[in-house]
Amino acid sequence: MDFELSKEQRMIVGSVATFVKEDSPVERFREMRNDDRGWDPVVWKQMGDYGWLAIAFSEEDGGIGGSFLDMALILEQLAHGLVPEPYIPSVVLAGGLLARLGSAEQKQRALRPILDGDASAALAYGERQSRYDLTDCLTRAERSGDGYRLDGEKTWVLNGHSADWLVVSGRTGGSQLDREGLSLFLIPADAAGITRTPVRGMDGQLTAFLRFDGVEVGADALLGTEGQGADALEWAIDRAAAAACAEGQGLLQQMFSRTVEYLNQREQFGVKIGSFQALQHRAADMFAEVELCKGTMILAALEADSDDAEKRRAEISAAKLQLSDGGWYVQENAIQLHGGVGVTDEQDVGLYFKRLRVLQGLFGDADHHVGRYARSSRFVGAAS
Amino acid sequence: MDMTFTPEDHAFREEVRSFIAAAMTPDIREAAEKGGGFSHEQTMEWHRILAEKGWSAPHWPEEHGGTGWDATKRFIFNEEMVHANAPSLSPFGLGMVGPLLIQFGTEEQKARFLPKILTGEETWCQGYSEPNAGSDLASLQLRADKDGDDYVLNGQKTWTSAAQDADWIFLLCRTSSAGQKQDGITFLLADMKTPGIEAKPFLTLGGTLAFCDTYFSDARVPQANRVGPEGGGWTMAKALLGHERTGIGGISTSARWLSQVKRLARETPVGAGTLWDDESFRLRLARLEMRHRALAMANYRTLAAAQLGHAPGPESSILKLVGTELLQEVTELALDALGPAAQVWLGAPEGVVPDFARQMTSEFNYLRAATIYGGSNEIQKNIICKAILGLPDPLSMRRLKTPERTAPAVAG
Repeated sequence: MDFELSKEQRMIVGSVATFVKEDSPVERFREMRNDDRGWDPVVWKQMGDYGWLAIAFSEEDGGIGGSFLDMALILEQLAHGLVPEPYIPSVVLAGGLLARLGSAEQKQRALRPILDGDASAALAYGERQSRYDLTDCLTRAERSGDGYRLDGEKTWVLNGHSADWLVVSGRTGGSQLDREGLSLFLIPADAAGITRTPVRGMDGQLTAFLRFDGVEVGADALLGTEGQGADALEWAIDRAAAAACAEGQGLLQQMFSRTVEYLNQREQFGVKIGSFQALQHRAADMFAEVELCKGTMILAALEADSDDAEKRRAEISAAKLQLSDGGWYVQENAIQLHGGVGVTDEQDVGLYFKRLRVLQGLFGDADHHVGRYARSSRFVGAAS
Repeated sequence: MDMTFTPEDHAFREEVRSFIAAAMTPDIREAAEKGGGFSHEQTMEWHRILAEKGWSAPHWPEEHGGTGWDATKRFIFNEEMVHANAPSLSPFGLGMVGPLLIQFGTEEQKARFLPKILTGEETWCQGYSEPNAGSDLASLQLRADKDGDDYVLNGQKTWTSAAQDADWIFLLCRTSSAGQKQDGITFLLADMKTPGIEAKPFLTLGGTLAFCDTYFSDARVPQANRVGPEGGGWTMAKALLGHERTGIGGISTSARWLSQVKRLARETPVGAGTLWDDESFRLRLARLEMRHRALAMANYRTLAAAQLGHAPGPESSILKLVGTELLQEVTELALDALGPAAQVWLGAPEGVVPDFARQMTSEFNYLRAATIYGGSNEIQKNIICKAILGLPDPLSMRRLKTPERTAPAVAG
């Protein structure tokens, strides 16, 4: 075991931090809140050129051969500037599934351009009724000629409004809740029959509701084996949860350090408000939660690369719980200790607050992860 | 960064596991299976067994009898000890005064005290708190007056853990009342058999005699037993505090409780099934176990930093803070699991609750102390705010200026 960042990792962290400071501070995110795309393809390409999108992918897939943790460290830094480019949907979700399931030809077609920053992507898996159950899928993918025809609706698709490529889950067999019969498809977002309705979220980022009305795709759209997509989908969502913890960690750091700064600066009753013990003790508890989040985030990122699915789930669930519960303590107090100005849109702290609350609800909330952990053999043991 | 174990680590784990299995006496094993609650004699027996193997102080430097293990091996060792539910060794010698002597003791002091701490031949207690110096430790009043080669001690310590069983005490005393109150404090080592030192145990909420009031009347302690310079006691106390905070979070104890609560839920009948069938109970337990994982990770990070030569800093305060809160929460859940049996008390006839649960209500009550001892959790928060966050001293903590003395108006 070794808890130190490598020299390379420290260099990556340094260069992303510089990028955020110089090229993508929170002000850029504020501007992007009024943009129809919500992010900038020029910046996306720049991130591709820096190798930040390809970092966790193997060299044969056109990647750099780094680890998930390397990627997590990048996400943590990007969060400091609320950098709005669609990293998690394109790289972690769609990119991850393409790397795991895609044929050489599919990788060439879609993965390469994503990793190079020439294209973006989205994973369309959630439906109105599915909540956090990944195998709950009503979207049908029926055999049609050599290929398939898709009908159904997907909700809250991150980057669904502007993705070039969609990875879509659809039922080729079984019924609504079955693991069997779930298939994944790689579809160009401009395919006939797809209707995209953009929805801007409370965090200022865009998602989309997607309708598939008789969308015809060829046999070469199928990712992996027909009917066997559930494991890979769960794997991808787990990794997205770990990525959310990394991004969330960056948000927490910002909220926390800005709060301490504010306590040291704002004066009331003739003294710095940071001298009030009632506020100090909240700050101390916030510090503890931020530190705990940092630890679980690292563990989750390390396990995201693991082949041991049971262990991966346990660590990622523990991290997501900590991000939700511990994170919530930090974010609610960040606003509270800022007082009235904490509730204005002018202060960045509220923007971090909203983004974190969105991340907490994505890829399984606290109750979902506690429930999953409570059912795991790790918790239940061999006895039952 | 890497959290995987090498084949060598796995082999080491096997070695530790089989050693523990072979080394436990039948008596200790029986107590371990009943969920702990070891007697002082059993704990000391285990100390001697580990010392013979050379494993009583894994975190000490090798030259002083440590094992030379890296943080990973120490972590594995600790995990296996918890897994086997082996007795926890008393921290006062091994975890506190030992490391302090290694850092600040004279060669004579090291030679005199360290070997017997290692073997457990001499046990230690801690003389810090006084009736009027709790959180405000620097207000302590135990007087030490120089006389010849000795200090003569007069006063009282309280909350001296297990002083009735201890051979030695490390203590903070006042050698001067001039200047800042922190500046007149000195760190001494005293033999508990010294005439004039008397430890009187008192009952705690746990129903056991875990703490003492310790009285000093004209007790003579050689000046050679002073650690650090006269008036340097506060520096010693602060250095020692870092060591204390890392161990005091009770992370291993929480792990033991978690597995016992699980077992209790499985063995507690409810209707036709057991408490384990109750999903809402399982979810509460799962949440605490997950929190424990987060805390364990924070602990590894502190351990790893220590391995790189950083002394445990104020960051270790969060281990104490979160660790003791979690420990209490787990014990609270244990009592919920007991249900109406949560009234069980020491001395109840066998069979009223499972054997391993007989101690639970005593420990639950005793562990109310966890958020108070070793610097109350509120004090830990003060430390975090001052030393890490750089926040200003709270008004309540500022030294109030003494008003100028003015001549009383003479009534005319």
